[in-house]
Amino acid sequence: MNAASPHIDPPLAMLAELTYRCPLRCPYCSNPLEMTAASGDMDTGQWLGVIEEAADMGVLQIHFSGGEPTVRQDLEDMVGRAEVLGIYTNLITSGVLIDQARLEGLADRGLQHIQLSFQGTEEAGADRIGGFRGGHRKKLETARLAGEIGLPLTINAVMHRQNMDDLESMIQMAVDFGAKRLEVAHVQYYGWGLRNRAALVPTREQLEHATEIVEAARERLKGILVFDYVVPDYYARYPKSCMGGWGRQFLNVTPSGRVMPCHAAETIPDMTFDSVGERPLLDIWEQSEAFTRFRGTGWMPEPCRSCDRREIDWGGCRCQALALTGNAAATDPVCEKSPEHERIAALAAAEAAAGTDEFEYRRFGQGG
Amino acid sequence: MAAAVTIGEASVPHLPRGVRLKFDKPRDQWVLLAPERMFVLDDIALEIVKCCDGKASVAAIADDLSARFEAPRDTVAKDVIILLQDFADKGVVAA
Repeated sequence: MNAASPHIDPPLAMLAELTYRCPLRCPYCSNPLEMTAASGDMDTGQWLGVIEEAADMGVLQIHFSGGEPTVRQDLEDMVGRAEVLGIYTNLITSGVLIDQARLEGLADRGLQHIQLSFQGTEEAGADRIGGFRGGHRKKLETARLAGEIGLPLTINAVMHRQNMDDLESMIQMAVDFGAKRLEVAHVQYYGWGLRNRAALVPTREQLEHATEIVEAARERLKGILVFDYVVPDYYARYPKSCMGGWGRQFLNVTPSGRVMPCHAAETIPDMTFDSVGERPLLDIWEQSEAFTRFRGTGWMPEPCRSCDRREIDWGGCRCQALALTGNAAATDPVCEKSPEHERIAALAAAEAAAGTDEFEYRRFGQGG
Repeated sequence: MAAAVTIGEASVPHLPRGVRLKFDKPRDQWVLLAPERMFVLDDIALEIVKCCDGKASVAAIADDLSARFEAPRDTVAKDVIILLQDFADKGVVAA
């Protein structure tokens, strides 16, 4: 794929951020620092329209997310519509607002899978990180309910410097709940995570230890628990293939209907985003400025342009390049071929060694 | 704790809840949709997965495919077991 061959397959998956409202205040939330209030959320009819368009385009999976998607009482209608249209439905949730009736209702409408996040395995520590007292207990109950109902479950263990000691018990917890999949996701440094990086970034030794634990457990639990391991790439040689390449596989719809290549793309200051309802979703995907600017390899600077990994990692992450260099079109500085590489690794190590443990908790920008 | 599945001739494979076989029209391919993952199936994998109905054993599936594709049964059985074991390890086939 390059600028001379504009054909692009439709996206495989859509992330539907139904609202930014959430009772938790996790200091690494992927939502933007400035969030729109609930009054800006699209209504049921608008979302059902988006789902219809996604189905027509050939989207295979919808991830219902937020914020906390179960804040919305019309989630069932959206799940039901997606399932009728043949789209695989996944709920990404904190689990703190779900009771048995709600979970059964969602399963009855066809919900295929639930991804439940945990902040730790020890109650006081987990509740401190999530900024919501009683949250951990509610999550445990939701995990148990998912098992009882037989709803396939992924545990999403969000890991960072302050909860890394919980990793072994997190793996055991996933097995005990009958989860078939465990996402060990080191915090990524965008939005709130970037704001709190000094309190979150692990030491290189912590990261190496965590990787050893995951590799050993992956072997030991083969056929029982599938691992998805997301590393903090500040310490890596090469950048991640962010979103499988800009505008290649994935689109994100925000609560107010803006369509973005990833949930952090709004941080790119000179980029404009189209909204559903104003322009057809397929047209936004194929033609819009936001989706085409970093699609393929034509936009790449050196050393990316001539790199033999250019269609492996697709230039890494544009939002990370912006966050760390001030230029979204720069080589992702976590790549060892970037002139910034050493500086970033040193920065991470220094923050891990000296950073505070104090969080700045997620909040709505305008008093929401 | 759940035990890992070992696929053999007597196993009766099926797609577990949360895994769905679907024809992906825009890309002209068959896929297995699974939690936050998907697997593109080639022609052989598709024929095998289509047989995973929770009724036919691996032995019966090997008999069937061997007859339909006029291939040596031993080779077919071996290929079926390797593919289904891989899918079982990935959690997209149960038995």
